[in-house]
Amino acid sequence: MQPVLEIKNLRKSFGAELVIDDLSLTVPVHTATVLIGASGSGKSTLLRCINLLESIDDGIIKIDGVEISDPEIDPDEVRRKLGMIFQSFNLFPHLTVRENIALSPIKVHHKTKEEAFEISNQLLKRFDLLDKAEQYPDRLSGGQQQRVAIIRSLAVNPRLLLLDEVTSALDPVLVNEVLSIVRDLKSDGMTMVLATHEMGFATQVADQVCYLESGTIIERGTPNEVIGNPSNPKTKDFIKRVHQAGRL
Amino acid sequence: MARKSSWSPSSRELERRATKARISKRQISIAAISSIIVIGALLIATITSPGWEVVKKTFFDVDYGKEVLPTVIKGLWLNLKLTVIGSICIGIIALSLAILRTTKSAALTPFRFLAAAYTDIFRGVPLLLVILLVGFGVPALQLRAITSNVTILGSIAVILTYSAYVSEVIRSGILSIHPSQKAAARSLGLSSAQTMRFVVLPQALRRVIPPLLNDFVSLLKDTGLVSILGVIDAIRAAQINSSRTFNYTPYVVAAILFLLITIPLTRYTDKAIRGTYSRQNAEGTI
Repeated sequence: MQPVLEIKNLRKSFGAELVIDDLSLTVPVHTATVLIGASGSGKSTLLRCINLLESIDDGIIKIDGVEISDPEIDPDEVRRKLGMIFQSFNLFPHLTVRENIALSPIKVHHKTKEEAFEISNQLLKRFDLLDKAEQYPDRLSGGQQQRVAIIRSLAVNPRLLLLDEVTSALDPVLVNEVLSIVRDLKSDGMTMVLATHEMGFATQVADQVCYLESGTIIERGTPNEVIGNPSNPKTKDFIKRVHQAGRL
Repeated sequence: MARKSSWSPSSRELERRATKARISKRQISIAAISSIIVIGALLIATITSPGWEVVKKTFFDVDYGKEVLPTVIKGLWLNLKLTVIGSICIGIIALSLAILRTTKSAALTPFRFLAAAYTDIFRGVPLLLVILLVGFGVPALQLRAITSNVTILGSIAVILTYSAYVSEVIRSGILSIHPSQKAAARSLGLSSAQTMRFVVLPQALRRVIPPLLNDFVSLLKDTGLVSILGVIDAIRAAQINSSRTFNYTPYVVAAILFLLITIPLTRYTDKAIRGTYSRQNAEGTI
């Protein structure tokens, strides 16, 4: 079956600094790919390239077999199929929770206000946030804000969800409430690419784990292979350091 | 690491660059063609209009324009002087008013009230009226200590009004900075005043540079209003010449001189703002 995301020989540099170096990656439908690696290894940049937030220097990115790295493609059209969740939530502070969720369904996907609010309410109810629908984001806890951000990107039924260290700004208790949503999405069959530092979580949800260093995938495989029993010395070293930091 | 130096663009990348070049070429030609059509149409409509010959003689008389240029420039010099001196005074007064109105200190409450009343009044009264009231009203008091120089009185009126405008612009900039910035600064041990000086104001002022520039350009033009007190600025100089000869070219000369100052100024500021903005925001190309 055709993969949802296919990346071939991607290259991206910021000026003289090479951030992604000849990287290839395939993400089949209904699977979760977890990117691990130290900060600055290129995980976030990779996600931003997929979402066309960054222009690339070389290589090919395909979504559902269509090359989105084609200069003639409409980036809005591409992003309509993608959901992206940021480390810093990026909720719109001037809109209530429900309005945040309903914005794209109404303005981009031409739903009526009633339909969009209905979708919002269903999602909020499912993830236990219905009582916050009328609140403004600044009033919510970090975990609640991030859950709203996830719901906001779900409201438009994305083909592929990109999650960029979604729990890095949260305390350990709140981390769980966010991760449990991601686990739910995984069991719903959502196709996802996640950058994370949560190795335990990565082991649970990942079908494929990729270890990045200096912008290339050094090792890839199942969680048991890459996180449980890495073969590359660089990966081994990274996993060892994560162990020492008590994050596994 | 060897790969870094050995990399050369793939055939797909070369193809993509060619496409990008083609797209940008196409956009440039679309821009050029539409500009030529629009500007051409405007030119033709103007030149072929029945009154064009008369308009050309009374508004665009080049020789007469050259003749009056020195007097108009001399008038413009006054506009410039008033603008520079005025904007310094306005900056100081407006900044003080804005800070005063955004502080919460209880001791300053009466001053806050006065500052609010001041902005309400001077923002609401037409500049022309303020100039007339100050320019003719103050000398009528016959106070010895106060000057009766109309240029100075006129500039004071302009400063009073513009300080009210500008203080509101700066105040809205201060209010637009997220409270979390203040929280972070106070948590670092900065005092309320230090927080304002080193954290809030630098961000707020940068944010309001475009509207401030707008006010600066208006100020340059509005300094001309002091001419109703008898001072000769660029517009008044042009007017005197026009009414002598019934030729309106001096007005066009004055307009061009104003544009020669304001356009480079706005372009330069725009560029400077964009520079700082992109340095501070690493987030992507959208």
